[in-house]
Amino acid sequence: MYGKPSTSRTDRWLAATLQLFTTITVLLLITIVGFLCLESWQLISGSGQNTGIFALLSGQDWYPLEGKFGMGPMILASLAVTFGAICLALPIGLACAICLQFYASRGIARWFELALILLAGIPSVIFGLWGLTRLVPIIGSWQPPGASMLAAILVLALMICPTVALTTTAALRALPLSLTAGSEALGLRLPTQIIQVYLPAARSGIISGVLLATARALGETMAVLMVAGNVVQNPSDLFSPVRVLTANIALEMAYAMGDHRGSLFASGLLLTALVWILSLWANRASGQRLLRAPYV
Amino acid sequence: MSKRWFERCFQLLICGLAVCVVAVMGWVLIDVIIQGLGHFSWQFLVTAPIDAGRAGGIGPIVVSTLLILIIALTVALPLGLAVAVWLAEFAARSSRFARISGVVLDVLAGVPSIVFGLFGNAFFCVYLGLGYSLLAGGLTLACMILPIFTRTCEIGLRAVSQDWRRGTAALGMTKASAVWHVLLPAARPAVLAGMVLGIGRATAETAALLFTSGYVDRMPGSVLDSGRALAVHIFDLSMNVTGGDGAAYASALVLVVLIIILNILAQQLTDRWLQQHSRA
Repeated sequence: MYGKPSTSRTDRWLAATLQLFTTITVLLLITIVGFLCLESWQLISGSGQNTGIFALLSGQDWYPLEGKFGMGPMILASLAVTFGAICLALPIGLACAICLQFYASRGIARWFELALILLAGIPSVIFGLWGLTRLVPIIGSWQPPGASMLAAILVLALMICPTVALTTTAALRALPLSLTAGSEALGLRLPTQIIQVYLPAARSGIISGVLLATARALGETMAVLMVAGNVVQNPSDLFSPVRVLTANIALEMAYAMGDHRGSLFASGLLLTALVWILSLWANRASGQRLLRAPYV
Repeated sequence: MSKRWFERCFQLLICGLAVCVVAVMGWVLIDVIIQGLGHFSWQFLVTAPIDAGRAGGIGPIVVSTLLILIIALTVALPLGLAVAVWLAEFAARSSRFARISGVVLDVLAGVPSIVFGLFGNAFFCVYLGLGYSLLAGGLTLACMILPIFTRTCEIGLRAVSQDWRRGTAALGMTKASAVWHVLLPAARPAVLAGMVLGIGRATAETAALLFTSGYVDRMPGSVLDSGRALAVHIFDLSMNVTGGDGAAYASALVLVVLIIILNILAQQLTDRWLQQHSRA
């Protein structure tokens, strides 16, 4: 990191070994993408009626045993569920962060933050279990069958809310003191300060947090799989069951063969691409590396 | 008068939403604790599941979970530490390869867990011929926790004061011994925190294990046997076994308690580390 390169022999050996390990890590990513492409290539590059990238992305029929691999409804369902969860988690997460930063007393804020960190660490399968045995029956008694897009949106929103709240808190905390001094001097009331000054100033941090949360929602499997009902159909209303891309992989991977297996790898490739685009965007928005603090 | 009213309303709205989040979280946790305690006993931890898990305990499942965890850590910790040391201490700041490795780690951290499952199935189970086994599951999890562990260690190493490095250089220490005797001990809490975070992530994981370590709920005889992790057991009981909810909640209780302990541990380690460095 500083000075001229060391001349010690041990050091040169160590540096070479460590660099080798780093190369292995880089190779790991290449292997992952390589295997995803390899397994799905036959299907993606096919030119038949039911193969090829456009047939996969826009096809409406998912009948893998008949060789029809249209993922359109599941892609739509994934996007709809993710969008719904973000619409719910964004205001609630912002409120949590504002409360934490401006309204809660020191002692309460400490506990509240600890609770949010804890909530972020609860395994998704626990949320799924809770959603399946508590939330789904409640929705079901109102609008059967219960296992529905709404249940998936609610559970996902609960899961990503702490991510939004914690990144927003970090962004608000990083604001310079001069902003507070300035807005106090102008005699602005606290709500006005927050809405007109602090939130806009922390914009880039908040956006990157929201994008990270979106990526997490899009890639989430277990919680959605357990509460969404898993019927392949276009999402029409909140109370009908849907199947998202990740749940589809989890459900069918156990017995998929040949092109069917290929189609699941293709959907994995699609998911990865979407998540990467979101992460890159988040990276660009914050201008910093993604894993800045170990908890957020 | 109306201005006061607006301020009050805003505060009420914000704090109300925050209280809602805490309340729902409390609902989830209390539900797991009450429902779980109803089915939990110390026998539950050590006996084998009977009747697809409706009766009996989670003994073999705990053993499988621990084995998967040990495999994942054995692979991920040395590799992650090596990469972190290289990135923080050896790579030149302008090095293109170091920048690329950093991006690769960020990208790896963002890959959805189900995709790791797909990769693990294609690479470890099929290509390397490990089949559905604890080894394949552990290796898949190792790939998953590698980025978060590496990043935490790297941040910890970079935060060690520059004076310490100058000190080791002044003493004529080789870089290798400086890393081993001075820098890594100084960054120890960060390394531990990264480890605990990785363990937490690995214990909570379900999707990546479904098609790598498999569903078999017998006691594993070797690491090449298939074995069911705790999170997979909860999923299976609640989705595929009617009348398995009680056992599912009891397993969920075990998992949640484990995760909470790990989280608090990580939190404390990070706190201690932050204190150390704000003093320095």
